[in-house]
Amino acid sequence: MSKKIYGLFAVIIAVATVLSACGPAATPTPAASAGGQVEVFSWWVGPGEADGLAAMVKIFQAQYPSEKFVNAAVAGGAGTNAQAVLATRLAAGDPPDSWQAHAGMATFAYANAKQIQPLDDFYAKNNLNSVFPKSLLGLISINGHPYSVPVNIHRSNVMWYNPKVLQAAGVTIPSGGFASWSDFFAACDKIKAAGKTCLSLGPEGFTAMHLWENVMIGTLGADKWSGLWTTPATTDWNGADVKQGLANYATALSYTNSDASTLSDWQPASKMVADGDAAFNIMGDWAYGYFANPAPNGLALKPHTDFDWTPTPGTQNIFVFLSDSFVLPVGNKNPQGTLDWLTVAASKAGQEAFNPLKGSICARTDCNQSLFSEYSQNAAKDWASNAIVGSLTHEVVSNPAWKTQIDTDLKLFLASAHDAAAQATFQSALAADCKSKGAGACP
Amino acid sequence: MFRSFRFRPRQLILAAILMLVGLAGLFYFSGTDVRLGTTDLTSLGLLAGGLIFYSGMLVIVAMFESETVLSIALLLPSIVAVAIFVYGFIGWSIRVSLSQWQGLLPDYTWAGLKQYYNLFNNDPRFLIDVRNTAVFTVGFILGCLIIGLGLAILLDQKLKGEALFRGIFLFPMSISFIASGVVWAWLMNPATGDRLTGINMIFHLLHLDFLISLWYTNPQPWGMAFTVIPAVWQLSGFTMALYLGGIRSISDDLREAARVDGATEFEIYRYIILPMLQPVTLSAVIILGHMSLKIFDLIVALGKQDIRLDVPGIYMWDTTFKADNYAQGAAIGVLMLVSVAILVVPYLVQNMRTETEI
Repeated sequence: MSKKIYGLFAVIIAVATVLSACGPAATPTPAASAGGQVEVFSWWVGPGEADGLAAMVKIFQAQYPSEKFVNAAVAGGAGTNAQAVLATRLAAGDPPDSWQAHAGMATFAYANAKQIQPLDDFYAKNNLNSVFPKSLLGLISINGHPYSVPVNIHRSNVMWYNPKVLQAAGVTIPSGGFASWSDFFAACDKIKAAGKTCLSLGPEGFTAMHLWENVMIGTLGADKWSGLWTTPATTDWNGADVKQGLANYATALSYTNSDASTLSDWQPASKMVADGDAAFNIMGDWAYGYFANPAPNGLALKPHTDFDWTPTPGTQNIFVFLSDSFVLPVGNKNPQGTLDWLTVAASKAGQEAFNPLKGSICARTDCNQSLFSEYSQNAAKDWASNAIVGSLTHEVVSNPAWKTQIDTDLKLFLASAHDAAAQATFQSALAADCKSKGAGACP
Repeated sequence: MFRSFRFRPRQLILAAILMLVGLAGLFYFSGTDVRLGTTDLTSLGLLAGGLIFYSGMLVIVAMFESETVLSIALLLPSIVAVAIFVYGFIGWSIRVSLSQWQGLLPDYTWAGLKQYYNLFNNDPRFLIDVRNTAVFTVGFILGCLIIGLGLAILLDQKLKGEALFRGIFLFPMSISFIASGVVWAWLMNPATGDRLTGINMIFHLLHLDFLISLWYTNPQPWGMAFTVIPAVWQLSGFTMALYLGGIRSISDDLREAARVDGATEFEIYRYIILPMLQPVTLSAVIILGHMSLKIFDLIVALGKQDIRLDVPGIYMWDTTFKADNYAQGAAIGVLMLVSVAILVVPYLVQNMRTETEI
């Protein structure tokens, strides 16, 4: 028996020695000097966005050679998968050195959980209060304390279209865009008659909600949309405006492709417009890069001839925005590295490198516009002159719990017959969500 | 028990050295961050330190020269690990499911059975999940059993190239559910009109247009029933292997005796083989059933989170990690555990009884 036992010891010791040998051998000198690893978490892995991140990282490495950038990106449209991964890391007390969060209510959830720090000193030191628009500063601050560094501004309410398909069907878009959803539906009937899909739609992940928010804003208008999310809510979730919005949404769905739920992400839906299978696609302005960039990351199409854009119906002079921002965590390994990264992300050079590739506009107001595409230059002008409202899909106006509940009710509606009864069920569910998950009283 | 203790100074020194080295390793690795590239090796280092320390302890235990003491010492780490990581976490999940934890910060305020009550009483999504799981489980188990048994009987006919066919039927099992979900989503694409593709396209090209199907986008519960196809495709080969093993273990004498008594081949299967395969069927039902009650990956890849194909696993993930509703997520997790336990525990209890009888 004793021989067997000693054999066992020998195996255990051998295994242990092998394991311990491969540990120390790989030990770098950790964080001894001022530099170290800066692990930045994002969902920028797609074409355009990954290029923009790489351009910003290049500037970061040039300015802070002692820091080593570690890219902890997780794939998935609108960050739906990434946020789940981040939640587990935060719960395990292993925060990345900085992470991407949608500016607005999404960052406040982290602030309320004491997982990120206010950035008052950082804003003062880098003189950011004067270079970010006031409307944006209000949306990223709690009681006047900014909690994140916005890198870019995206527009949600853009409708992309294929001019050739419109021409063949005899549809013209009024200058400034369709004034209402009913005008748009009239155009859809012509396109349907010409044998094409009018409005291409992607899977339920986030594209269905993206369409929903644009139908609602186009029906309600800017003020009533914002009133849904205030504390207390000033727009009645049970009211006639919301009811009309849901009816419009049901009609809009009737013009979409039958295989929407089987597409892999938003890109295949946008590609239907590029291929001439569909006339319109409603998607944020990140789609511009997908349309215009050279292969393999884009479709290399010519603006105005191969594809074109207009505000979504009923949203002329409204800018539905979302913004990606980075935060300063509590208890990460390399706080100085985080500040260095935030400095680059907030800087003119950093934003000028990132945004033209990402297809977004600068959060700063002093970027050199000649670096940007024609689309982005127009968007920057609209950003300065339009009524600004926040996106729901991209977590500007609601906390994640409320948004997820709305998403579930939206999916239940999508699974229904979309008829009047289903619309009424949807509306009462939305009103209940406002009471149970919203921040305050709901009429 | 300790009667046979024999003090061996040299082994004590060895034990002391091992334990000291192990402790030093533990301290070293808990203080530093060991990385190979971007891979964190700290946990491996801690494991190594712990193992060295533990081997030192075993040297001391060995001095008692008692099999009982030694076996306890050898089993102890697994018992502790299972107690913490399986039963401890089950208990913790149950506790969370009885709390109000909603949001990023833990909140253990007692809420009783509120989460469970809400799931069954005012949560349309969870009721969809229960119905879908029932449809999927019944379809999946029946499909696998029938096709698996059929293939096993065919392979039992002593045909040429049996090994080749066995391999072909078993191969799908080596593919992950995610991969087969993605591929089957392409094959079962429900698009109609000029966006026709996948199997529907084949039907169209063969002029069999009446076969064109909406697949898993059919009205429920038939839509959910189509998700069974890839699952059965993947695991009927495994069921076949189980049945084939069972058939081969039935003595040829029995068949011969039946033939002598004038039984036809069909009667041999009907009255001899099938009744003797009952234990195999039970095992197959248990194995397949616990898979289908927990199904997540196949449905996520196939349904792209279409709520019509929602299952409890997807809902649990959504509500926990997207809505930060940890209490509700834990409640769904506990219900999934209970549903599997209802299936597996009676089987385990019966197994243990028969073993003790033997």
